[in-house]
Amino acid sequence: MAYRWDEQLKNPGTSRREFLRMTLGSCGAFKFGAIASATNLLPRASRKVVVVTFGGGARDEETFTLEGQENIPQLLQNLVPQSTFFTRVVNRGILGHYVATASLATGVYERFDNFAAVCPRNPTVFEYFRKDLGRPATDTWVVAPSNGFNRIGESDNPAYGANFGAGVVLPKQLLAQFLSKEPGTIYQHLLRDNYETPFYSPALAGNNINLHQLAETLQLSLNDFAGHALQITSPDELSVFIAKKIMRQYAPSLLWITLHDMDVAHTGAFSLYIDGIQRSDRLCGTIWQEIQSNPEYAGKTTLFILPDFGRDGDGTVGGNGFQHHRTGDIASRTTWMMVLGHGIRQKVVVDRPVESTDLAPTLGAILGFSPRLAQGFPLAEVV
Amino acid sequence: MRPVDLQADQFAGYPPLGRQLVSENLALLRQLPLALAPLFLGEVKAYDWNFPLERREVEVQFKYLHSLTPNQLRSAMAPFSKIILPSIASEIDWVNYPRVFSEYLSAALWSTAQVDKFSAASTEYVNAYRAAYPPDPPPIPRLAIVIVGQGVGEAAFPLFRKLRPHGVHYTNVREDDARKTLFETLARRAGAHPMAYGHWYVDGGEEDVSVPSGITSISYAGLSSLRIAVVEKMRDMGHNSQGPEGVQKMMQALDPSAFPEILSISDPILAHFQLSIFTEGSGTQFYSTTFADWTAHELLRRAQPLTTLVRFAPRQVQRSIDEMILDQQGKVAVDPNGSLLDADMAAYYIWIDQRRLPQSTDACFVVWFEDHQDALMIAPNLLPGTEQTSPTSFANLLKPFA
Repeated sequence: MAYRWDEQLKNPGTSRREFLRMTLGSCGAFKFGAIASATNLLPRASRKVVVVTFGGGARDEETFTLEGQENIPQLLQNLVPQSTFFTRVVNRGILGHYVATASLATGVYERFDNFAAVCPRNPTVFEYFRKDLGRPATDTWVVAPSNGFNRIGESDNPAYGANFGAGVVLPKQLLAQFLSKEPGTIYQHLLRDNYETPFYSPALAGNNINLHQLAETLQLSLNDFAGHALQITSPDELSVFIAKKIMRQYAPSLLWITLHDMDVAHTGAFSLYIDGIQRSDRLCGTIWQEIQSNPEYAGKTTLFILPDFGRDGDGTVGGNGFQHHRTGDIASRTTWMMVLGHGIRQKVVVDRPVESTDLAPTLGAILGFSPRLAQGFPLAEVV
Repeated sequence: MRPVDLQADQFAGYPPLGRQLVSENLALLRQLPLALAPLFLGEVKAYDWNFPLERREVEVQFKYLHSLTPNQLRSAMAPFSKIILPSIASEIDWVNYPRVFSEYLSAALWSTAQVDKFSAASTEYVNAYRAAYPPDPPPIPRLAIVIVGQGVGEAAFPLFRKLRPHGVHYTNVREDDARKTLFETLARRAGAHPMAYGHWYVDGGEEDVSVPSGITSISYAGLSSLRIAVVEKMRDMGHNSQGPEGVQKMMQALDPSAFPEILSISDPILAHFQLSIFTEGSGTQFYSTTFADWTAHELLRRAQPLTTLVRFAPRQVQRSIDEMILDQQGKVAVDPNGSLLDADMAAYYIWIDQRRLPQSTDACFVVWFEDHQDALMIAPNLLPGTEQTSPTSFANLLKPFA
């Protein structure tokens, strides 16, 4: 059903849920709210999961409303029709990107200081995955921006922790290593980071990956970087470049990528925020394409895409609209999630509210591990 | 420390008018809950540098609280008293650093899932004292004028999309004398209805005209020395590993006296406001569009002006934060098209901010695509969501608000 922007304004009572329903309905032949078991599933041991989070927060206005759709052609035209789409993912935790992403990974609303270099308190999906299934360190990776995310791979829970964590790659850190060999290069734009507290970054600690060794294993060289960096315009593009290298080298069964460019919204420049969303949209298409074309992933991978939360609503008192996520209003707490690929029914819209903490148990149900301390529940529509 | 323990000599660091307010109301302040007292003191501490209508807001709160019987006061404060704060909250020096407490409170509310409870308590409190002492209506309907698109030949997207449903889109406005008419309207209103900090001109670039008396003006170019000096201080704080809270505490402690050669001491209220744009705004230090947007947001919220004219100018292209911090003075390319999109959204926010002010139903809002024939106007007598293609001029459109 076609749905017009001016009709939405004439009818302000139209709920967010209804609006997304109608928007998605216009993509054609969507079913709403159905739960049915998927068939022809691979054994759990053969399945792979890629999770892409937007650690920058994106609002409906700039994504799935009629006005925002022009910013997300890949998501809307290519990925949504293949997906089960959750219209209401509610985050009831602290709205800071590191702590919220950690909450997604643990299935518990973590309560630590967003700007501190600390581990999550509760075990992450990476630790459950490795411990329960006896998987090696190379079978799960996180590619993340460097503003504090270096501790996200493992918790400080004594039953899990260091021996069961994911390899965390901070592409900026990797690039900085190369830049140190060639100071004054032209890649400074790829070190752009941490828009929320531009004058402070916590010291990197706790991520014991040997960068030199990693670069060698990934067959990265300064020339390689140089060749690609010329075509790469942002840190997120660098992240996806590294993620693809990891997929080709290690083919991890659980890969987590956090995109961050759109958090430039904190500078208040709306056009740069839109650029970030459009880039994330394009990069999601690139990641899906890599999954489809890489024989290690094709036909056996489930892809999850979700913002960690939203941003403040335009009319919320005490905020400044898209710029921040400080008010805790509905717009900042509610977002969406799409799931596609192996075992997922296409063109399904799920209206019921689900929570950010449901992601970890859902990953557990798909891959066969048990996130026993998680607060959420597996999403029946996709497991 | 708890509010009940407050003593007069603890306020020696407060500016004179704020200190006097405390001494007159100490007994009342002692009765406020910990979740509210430091926030209220934050307003009292800033009282000397507040705009006139902000001062009234503080005075009205005291008046309202004094008007309550002990039982009524207990009942009015109950929602704040129910907020559970960790014991460390009372150890913060919130008398002298009320805003540090405010940051702490915010983090504590998030981490203990009490944000919604606190928001509801605040809303109830504000509604109660405003209902008891409603603000005076403005002497004339407010007028906000926004000029966007400097340096842009043709817009790459449909302009005013968020505003169109609320006003009339004019597509054939005479542009030859438009800028002159808009500035004359501002000057005429300032002359006819003089009011301290009641008429403003904000420019994201250089000031376009010589500003007549009665108008408070502020520009990105005019404040460049201050902006650079603030960024240098922030950089030093960051390098000293203060952490985000440490940097924030030091930023909040910055006073115009830290910039004696830059900020005017003849108007301390304006000097404090100018400094706050860079110490409290996010991105105002680097992007002129954010500067203009945030300045308008703050002056509408705080000064509640009768007339506001905001002109956006192209901001610099996106660069890494490090680059922008290190290179404050260099010649940098600008991004006119991106700036138009920034300003288009900012215009929408300025309209929203104006709508929050008393008697907003009488207000008029105008946005003009500079040197073009496109404008949009929202006013009580106009039919929302319509388009007007016949030739017109701002002189004609603004006649009722001149």
